[in-house]
Amino acid sequence: MVSIHHYLVVSAILFSLGTFGVLTRRNAIVIFMCIELMLNAVNLSFIALSSYLGNMDGQVFVFFVMTVAAAEAAVGLALMIAFFRNKESIDVEDFNLLKW
Amino acid sequence: MIAIEAIFFYLVALVAITSGFLVVKCKSPVNSAISLVMTFFCLAIFYVMLHAPFMAAIQIMVYAGAIMVLIVFVIMLLNLGTEVGRRYTHGVVWAAVLAALVLFQAVTFVRSGDITGLKGSITPDMVASVGHTELIGRSMFTQFLLPFEITSILLLVAIIGAVILAKRKV
Repeated sequence: MVSIHHYLVVSAILFSLGTFGVLTRRNAIVIFMCIELMLNAVNLSFIALSSYLGNMDGQVFVFFVMTVAAAEAAVGLALMIAFFRNKESIDVEDFNLLKW
Repeated sequence: MIAIEAIFFYLVALVAITSGFLVVKCKSPVNSAISLVMTFFCLAIFYVMLHAPFMAAIQIMVYAGAIMVLIVFVIMLLNLGTEVGRRYTHGVVWAAVLAALVLFQAVTFVRSGDITGLKGSITPDMVASVGHTELIGRSMFTQFLLPFEITSILLLVAIIGAVILAKRKV
């Protein structure tokens, strides 16, 4: 039977894949996509636990996580467009004006 | 008797994890975006299996339908080709060790624990009879009304911020 542990392990695997992507990729948009992957892994945990505990709080929280992710997508991508306009590249190795 | 639900779960989990891996690995950002859309669809299937059909529909509409379309628009707008330089930064081994550590820790905590909270009153039969949308509405507009209103202000701020950040002359 499919217990809660199955869903939580899938969520953990997706979260660690997202972590690896955020830490290693150089393209800023791909880093953003890996952040969305991590957020979705946490959403899966929330809904799995909400279903197995018979409580609606987890699912309402997922609703708010989705809303915040949408707002973050809009602002983050606008920021990347502003970067690209100045530097002609969105490689994170080129964002080094604040480096000492 | 092999349970058909377990087979279906393992199949969807395999597709979701493979798509997640492809998001991290692909050279072209468009391929990563398409793999991420596939991951979102697999997660929506999981939500339906967990008796949360409204969240599955919202997941497809908001994530796969709005956020991914926005990302693909920006990729096309910036005219990014396949990456010609190096794809990864110089810390791949350390990042892999850290990610493996996160995975090991999470799986250990999951396997060694048990759900000890008090079981609430929402059962799958109640979700099927009352309707999932109404249950979420009951919770969100009575108990979580303040976060709902704050979220609307957050969306307004995000829209204004995005317009100002992307303008040529502010």
